[in-house]
Amino acid sequence: MHTSDWLQLALFIGLLAVITKPLGLYLTRVLDPQGRTFLDPVLGPLERLTYALMGVDRTREQNWKQYTVAMLLFSVAGCAFTYAILRLQHLLPFNPQGLGPLNHHLAFNTAISFTTNTNWQSYGGEGTVSYFSQMVGLTLHNFTSAATGIAIAAALVRGITRQSTGVLGNFWVDLVRSTYYLLLPLSLVFAIFLVSQGMIQNFKPYDTATLLEPQKVQVEKKTEAGETVQGADGKPVMEEQVITTQTIVQGPMASQVAIKMLGTNGGGFANANAAHPFENPTPLSNFLQMLSIFAIGSGLTYYLGRMTKNQAHGWSVWGAMMTLFVAGVLICWWAEARGNPIHQALGVSLTDGNMEGKEVRFGIMNSSLFATVTTAASCGAVNAMHDSFTAIGGLVPLFMMELGEVVIGGVGAGLYGMLVFVVLAVFIAGLMVGRTPEYLGKKIHAYDVKMAMLSLLVLCLSILGFTAWASVSDWGLAGLNNAGPHGFSEMLYAYSSTTANNGSAFGGLTANPANGDPHYNVTLGFAMLIGRFLMIIPIMALAGSLVQKKISPPSVGTFPVAGVTFTVLLIGTVLLVGALNFLPALALGPIVEHFLMLKGQLF
Amino acid sequence: MKQLIHDLRGAVVSTLVFTVVLCGAYPLVVWAVAQTAFPDKANGSLIKDADGTVRGSTLLGQNFTGEAWFQPRPSAAGAFGYDAASSSGSNLGPTSQKLADAIKERVAAYRTANGLAETESVPADAVTASGSGLDPHISLRNAELQAGRVARARNLTVEQVRVLIARCTQKPDAGLLGDAGVNVLQLNLELERMPHSATSSTGTP
Repeated sequence: MHTSDWLQLALFIGLLAVITKPLGLYLTRVLDPQGRTFLDPVLGPLERLTYALMGVDRTREQNWKQYTVAMLLFSVAGCAFTYAILRLQHLLPFNPQGLGPLNHHLAFNTAISFTTNTNWQSYGGEGTVSYFSQMVGLTLHNFTSAATGIAIAAALVRGITRQSTGVLGNFWVDLVRSTYYLLLPLSLVFAIFLVSQGMIQNFKPYDTATLLEPQKVQVEKKTEAGETVQGADGKPVMEEQVITTQTIVQGPMASQVAIKMLGTNGGGFANANAAHPFENPTPLSNFLQMLSIFAIGSGLTYYLGRMTKNQAHGWSVWGAMMTLFVAGVLICWWAEARGNPIHQALGVSLTDGNMEGKEVRFGIMNSSLFATVTTAASCGAVNAMHDSFTAIGGLVPLFMMELGEVVIGGVGAGLYGMLVFVVLAVFIAGLMVGRTPEYLGKKIHAYDVKMAMLSLLVLCLSILGFTAWASVSDWGLAGLNNAGPHGFSEMLYAYSSTTANNGSAFGGLTANPANGDPHYNVTLGFAMLIGRFLMIIPIMALAGSLVQKKISPPSVGTFPVAGVTFTVLLIGTVLLVGALNFLPALALGPIVEHFLMLKGQLF
Repeated sequence: MKQLIHDLRGAVVSTLVFTVVLCGAYPLVVWAVAQTAFPDKANGSLIKDADGTVRGSTLLGQNFTGEAWFQPRPSAAGAFGYDAASSSGSNLGPTSQKLADAIKERVAAYRTANGLAETESVPADAVTASGSGLDPHISLRNAELQAGRVARARNLTVEQVRVLIARCTQKPDAGLLGDAGVNVLQLNLELERMPHSATSSTGTP
């Protein structure tokens, strides 16, 4: 924990605070159907053409049910589109490696994964999906699932700020405008910056390099039929083989990675995601990738303040998010810098920290920071392998996801998730002082609290239910890479990540076992669907209820939703209501592993 | 019902329009700019011989095992490590027996190869696998500890080798971001170019 590391953390938070206001102001223009931006001359015609082709009247607003149905239909269409591409990629262009089609459960899992903004990588990037599948099947959702999240957040904010009406805006207009005016231009600029750092962007086949030092390796001897030859002792016969080449992956990576970060998608072009040197070439590219994960979500809190005409409220929400975030970073960083006593006893340097699964160019600090950023936001890109973090270091990303992705969170999803907690916080405050809870002048009734709780309990049920099922099933245990409590953590992480639509993994867990068992791909797919849509629907119902209420002027009894008291109450609500449910499960996984690690117990 | 059909049209048409704009035009524009402004980087930062043979990428690590070479970090990419078509970490956890056994073995081998005392600590990066399995860098201390062995094997002075290490050291960006590291492939290429180097690229002792 050196001085330069502290400076980097301070720089990160400082820069984030600086960009929050301009981005928030821009968002208010993008999310206003009549809003004007400096890109109108270029994108205005494209926007109007898109509406014309879709047959959308931009002035016609929708009530919460119409808005939700439009969103669901759009998601179904996109999901089917990607499923078809993955199943047919061998027949489609841009497949220089001649990769075959994905099997049905892997395609099912991957299509849902990208539609729900989760981007859990059940597939292995460079070895499984073609350039066409990456560029069309997957990148499409990187944009649209992010735009969908922003649209839902905008609808909820309108529900809070409008009064005595039924309509929440037009989903199609919010979708198109967020995509064209926000995500597309930002991605374009960011992608070109990433190439300047060394990221690839081409359509050529993989290159083959001739190694400087050919490597002699021992492999199992095979017959011509491909069967292993067994010696007299029953063990496979080994023979020497010389490796002289290295295959270098290529492809249109930068255009996909830019939106993968900005849209908090996180699905990597390569299997190793942002740890791969092409996908994250320099510390500078790493720094800006982290910033881009938080950028839009952070800007949305400013948008909230602007729209509710209570900027202090926006900043208080931001403050609660950043408090939880900084606490997470410090714990994770401390644990990783401290290292693993088991390995240190074997002779590993005491001062280097836990470097298993981390890259030298990022080091301990930037790996811990990235891990916390990517799980606080529902991005899920990784620049280090969370599976190999120390027990407490791995607990932090897991915990961040189980908070419900409300610490900045996914673009849009973070804001609407946090607003659920805001509603609960004012409800709890109301109970404590014995008044009808009120949020920005709107009375919160039983129906609103039910909807808020429903969206939270669904997450709990999916995460804990599926984990429990997997941990007592043969298929669940067969997919593990680690034994003991760490194996349990791998399952808990998988269902937390998919339900929270994060997409990072304890990557040792394999959802594609050699025997082709589909249980993991299918259950993880359902966890993603539940985490996305069974959360959005009650939230839209909440928005539909709020928008009909009258705004009453503040009185002496009104609980202020800005300032330190509110921020502390909000943090408390997130921690108690959101995370306490998971404490028993966490105790069986990372917490007990921490103590076993200190004792030197191995599995 | 009419509304549903209307929305269905919106869903299908928007998916198609977005496909053209976001999956066609957008990557092509990025491609065109990248290939014009940064052709070397956009194509993988490849290192080529005079005759055009690709020898690697400055961004991707390669495996080296001979004593006359600087050796990279252990790698879990592919069956034999540094398989750039199969990037991966070990994904072994902190209480993994397999990982502890591997580290024990690597620590002993590193101490023997580089003449370290039994009590001397080994740099963490030298005995742990990276996240990608393709980490091009090793830490400064790891490079320094290997310098004596490489110099002896190549009949160079340690000073000569240190100069090369300094040349292949990547400092933190803007003097602040990230950690310093030594690019192993570049360093070994520099070694090969040294006039008095005793080892050729084909034969390792």
